[in-house]
Formats: sequence, C-alpha cells, structure tokens
Amino acid sequence: MAETKIKSKKKSTKKIDVFKEHGVSPKLALDMIRNMLLYRRFEEKVEEAYAIGKIGGFCHLHIGQEGACVGSIKPLRDDDYVMSAYREHTQAIAKGVEPNAVMAELYGRADGASGGKGGSMHIFNAATRFMGGHGIVGGQVPLATGIAWKIKYRKEDSVVIVYMGDAAVNQGAFHEALNMAAVWELPAIYVVENNGYGMGTAFSRVSKTDMASKAVPHGIPSSSVDGQDVLATYAHFRDLAEEVRGGGGPRFVDLKTYRFRGHSMSDPVSGTYRPTAEVEKKKEENDPITILRDHLFVAGHMDQEGLEAMDAEARQISQGAADFAEASPLPDPSQLYANVWAEINANGRLFFDGRGEE
Amino acid sequence: MATLTYRDALNEALREEMARDPDVFMMGEEVAQYDGAYKVSKGLLEEFGDMRMVDSPISELGFTGLCVGAAMAGLRPVVEFMTFNFAFLAIDQVINSAAKMHYMSEGQFPMPLVFRGPTGAALQLSAQHSQACETYYSHAPGCKVVTPATPADAKGLLKASIRDEDPVAFMEGELLYNLKGEVPEDDDFIIPLGVADLKHEGGDVSIITHGKMVHVALQAAGNLEKDGIHADVLDLRTIRPLDMDAILATVAKTNRVVYLEEGWPYAGTGAQIVSMIQEEAFDHLDAPILRVTQADIPMPYAKNLENLAKPNADRVVAACLKVLYR
Repeated sequence: MAETKIKSKKKSTKKIDVFKEHGVSPKLALDMIRNMLLYRRFEEKVEEAYAIGKIGGFCHLHIGQEGACVGSIKPLRDDDYVMSAYREHTQAIAKGVEPNAVMAELYGRADGASGGKGGSMHIFNAATRFMGGHGIVGGQVPLATGIAWKIKYRKEDSVVIVYMGDAAVNQGAFHEALNMAAVWELPAIYVVENNGYGMGTAFSRVSKTDMASKAVPHGIPSSSVDGQDVLATYAHFRDLAEEVRGGGGPRFVDLKTYRFRGHSMSDPVSGTYRPTAEVEKKKEENDPITILRDHLFVAGHMDQEGLEAMDAEARQISQGAADFAEASPLPDPSQLYANVWAEINANGRLFFDGRGEE
Repeated sequence: MATLTYRDALNEALREEMARDPDVFMMGEEVAQYDGAYKVSKGLLEEFGDMRMVDSPISELGFTGLCVGAAMAGLRPVVEFMTFNFAFLAIDQVINSAAKMHYMSEGQFPMPLVFRGPTGAALQLSAQHSQACETYYSHAPGCKVVTPATPADAKGLLKASIRDEDPVAFMEGELLYNLKGEVPEDDDFIIPLGVADLKHEGGDVSIITHGKMVHVALQAAGNLEKDGIHADVLDLRTIRPLDMDAILATVAKTNRVVYLEEGWPYAGTGAQIVSMIQEEAFDHLDAPILRVTQADIPMPYAKNLENLAKPNADRVVAACLKVLYR
C-alpha cells in the first residue's frame, strides 16, 4: 500500500489551454486539484486505519477515481441530491459532508455521519443532501429515481445524481428505474463509475453490449466521458446538469475510470482477475491527479511548491479527521435501540427481544 | 355511521388522507385509469390527477424503490401491490431500504410510506397467487404490519398507517373487499396501531387471530356457542406493533388458547405469539396452545384439495375442544 507520489517526473511540452477549452477558471482548477489531493490522502489514511484495525467491516476505497468524483459533483448546487453505492466516502465529502464526520463513521464512533450505525457503506447526511451509501448492488438506482420523482412532484428545479458501479447495469433494478425515469421525464443523472470490473469480474465477461448502449433501450440520452480527466468530466456534468434542470429528462453517463486498489480492503490490488502491470500502467499514465497537475504546471497556474503546500494541507486534514475519529466516543450503548422506529406508537409492542422497550 | 364495503372504506380512507395531505400519493399497477385491480382506488384519478394517482409499469422492485426514495425525500407514498404475491419481487426495497433506512442513517431519514394490497388465498388461484405474506414483513424490525378484518378497521387503520412515520405493510383480504359493515363517518376516525379488538366475548377459550381469519374464528365461536362453549375472539388488528396486553388479558381470563392464521405454521405469526405467551403467561395456561394454520404445503388448485389446505371453522372448533380436553 505505497502512498501516491505527487512529484512530477516529466515536463509536458505541449501547451494547449485546456482550462479555457473546458470553461474552467484557473481558480476552479486549483480547487479541483485541492479536492482530489484531499480525497487521495483521506482514502490513504482510511487504508492505514483499516490495516491497524481502527476500521472494520467491508471498506471500498475510491483511490484512482477522484477525477470522476470531483468532476461530476463540483458542478452541482447545494440543493441538488447525490446518492451512491458503497464506494462513497469521498463523494460524501465532495457533496459537503465534513471529512471528520465521514472518518468518525468509518471508525464506528458517535460523531460519525450516521452515528456509527451505518459504517463505510452507509454514510448519510440529510443537511447536505447526501442520500447514502447503499450496500445492495443497484438498489440505490430506484431510490434515486424516487428522489427525482419528488423533485418533479414538488415542481422544484434541483437534480439528483446517482452513482453505481459497472456491475449494477445487469440488475433488474437498474432497468426498471431507468424505464420509469424516461417515461416520467424525471430529473435524474444515472452515472456508471465504470472502473472496468464488478468486484473481480471484467465487464466484458458479463455483458454482450457496451456500457454506453445500456440506456438506449429506455430512450435515455447516453454519453461517455473520461473520468480521469477532471476538466472534461466537470464540463460534461456542468452541461448535463443544466439540461436536466431545464426539464430535459434523465441522462445516462458512462464515466470511465479506474481503481488503483482492490475491490475492497479484503482483496489485493490486482489479484487473479487483472494483471499487476495493467494497474501499474494506469497509475503511471491515468492518474487524475497527475493529469491535472501537469496541465496546471504547463499553464503556469501552479508550481511544485504550491502543489506540495496543498498536499501538506490534504494530509493535515486527513490526519485531523483520523484524530477526530479516534477522540470521538463510541456510540452510547443506550443508542442500540434508538431510531429503529421513527414513531413509537402509544400502544402495542414494537420490540420482541425483551430488551428494546426497557 | 354508514354501511360501507371494505373496499369503499379503504377508498374513503385514501380519499380523505390525500385531501388532507398534499404529500400523499399512490402508485401501483392499474391504480389510476383502471381504478385499481380490485377497484379500491375508484375515482381517485379524477379527483387528484395523475401526479398523485400513478399507473406504474409492471416493475414491483422498481416502483417500490422509487416510492421508498420519494419517502426519503419527504413525500408520503402509498404503494399498491396488486397482490402481495407480486411483492416478493420488491422485498429488497421493503426490507433492505425502507425498514433499515431510519436506523442506519441514525434517524435522518424517516420512511413514512404504506405498502398495501391483498394477501392470502382467494378461490382456486393456486400456489403462486394464494399465500399469506405477513410473516415476511413482521420479521424485520423497522416495518409495521397491519391486517384489518372489517370495513371500519380497514378505514381507521389505513388512515393511521398513512399518518404513521414508519413503513407499514398494510395487508388486506381479497375475499373481504365486498364485506359490508358499519363505518364511522368522521374524517378523523382513526384506529391507532397496536390496539387489538375483542371481536367476540366468552370466558372458556381464547381464539387469537388476525386479518381475514377473524371471520373464520367468529364462525367457529358461533358453532361453539351451540355446545355451550363461550370463546373470546381476539383480533390483533396489527401484528407489529403487537397488543400484548390484550393477549395476556384473554389468556388470564380463559387459560386456553388457539392461534388461528392463514399462513404456514413454520415461524408463522402464531409461533411468535405462542412463544411470548409461554414466556409471559405460563402459569395461566391450563393446556398447551394449539395452532390452526394453512396446511404446510403450497396451495393446490383443485377445489377439494384447496378446501383441505385452508384453515376453517371446523378445524378451529376441533382445536378449541382439544385445549378444553373435551
């Protein structure tokens, strides 16, 4: 689990104004690399904490997919909704959840985003409209469609983005939800974070057709974008969000990315399903952080010193989150039965183990 | 009081709650233009429009998940399952999403929604369309289960379920829709969840039951009266929350219990009730508790076999006589 090196080894010679091309100001681009660095360092801290037993259960890291995360969430408004599957730690932070609250949730502490009851796969934050954190592949897709239904029902102009892994498109839930979203023209953006593998199964082994075709039968406009290119991803989602917000109906995006770690903490980086050389090559050539860094260096918007300062800040926030989580108390045992029910009825028994109503 | 069918009582409850709260909407197969497969939602489309009475595709998993998501976002959906047999396709969204969301988000997302439709056997619909499904839902903490037996209970309990802040599986009886009964006309007529109802009073034996089987129990109680045996018929009305006080009261009174249910015996509702009675009222029992259930088989089609599989008044009477050692 070597941590990512951010020192630039090569200088690009080409000079294209990629920022202008994508309508991204230098200030915004700097903000994006700051975010990506934080998410990388945050997940590296999670990896470290998991290794020493501070974090338990299933834990899926987003390392390598930061460009997909930042580029797609950054264009959203505060009143837009984000929902995801279980590789969602940094998506939560991107939507505005405090890193401390995310880390404390991973540690199973009282100050966690879900009070320590959800864990890695179930981070929720109603205030920032981060709608979880769902653990059944594809299960979140109908849920997000229901959020889009509410937006239309109340005649609001927000949108919902729902993320899923590439394996989710083979679930019935995915197709049922997309069909309804299309028929009812709901303001939802369905995003496949396509890292090429559903756990250890390459997408090509479980699908005869390619990803971009998956929404076509439902009459939903489909597009692809390279999630390792955060600028292109940002521009793509900025435009999509406005189309959907304007009543354009749902959209489907094949957001191509790659994970630099195993499916979860319980499996190795490459394993038996992909060669180590493939992962190494992707890390060398397709790291969203180094791609943006090189653009910023070439354009003169940032230098090595600035990058290192930013990286130091990312490490500091991540370490701070770990320290916060460590200091946060365990959930009080009195909370064991709290919030099973939103309404404890005045009559009748709701718990049947002889303990819940003590 | 008005005399209404069970169907019209449900319809009134829906109409009143939709008029009362603009966040209540209903979605399901054939609920709007067709007026509902069992005509429970008749006329509601004209009154409330197509955003609030929504014909879904035949996608139980999809539209159930959609309604769970809408509840997360603040609406109060009523999901109609044409029958609960089809709801197996949706049970991931009921159990993994609706029942757990409030807990795993530490209270950030209440789930005020109702899953309603008929459950249990009708007439010769055979295995896939004849089964009582309440146990699947009452098993999961986070999901309430309601089983009305009369038109008044149907109306009062549906209104309470729609106003409840938790997911409620509201399980009707297909053969009850034409049943007539007196129903209070007050718009705020509510029967709170968790209150059982003693539908017939007698001191010799307790028949405890829920849902459609209440009528079988009443028939059995009538037959027992002819032999001078007086039975309590306790209708639980809601399985979760469960009115344990009412159960303990009837047990203390009669000391002999028969549990009657439409579902299968293994881990059925009756198994739960029997377990609780022996834990909490052992000293009141004068005989082992017996259960009358559907035969432990998938429902057969042939009329004679179907009749042999279903619980009936004769079997309840026999069980009562047995616990009375007669």
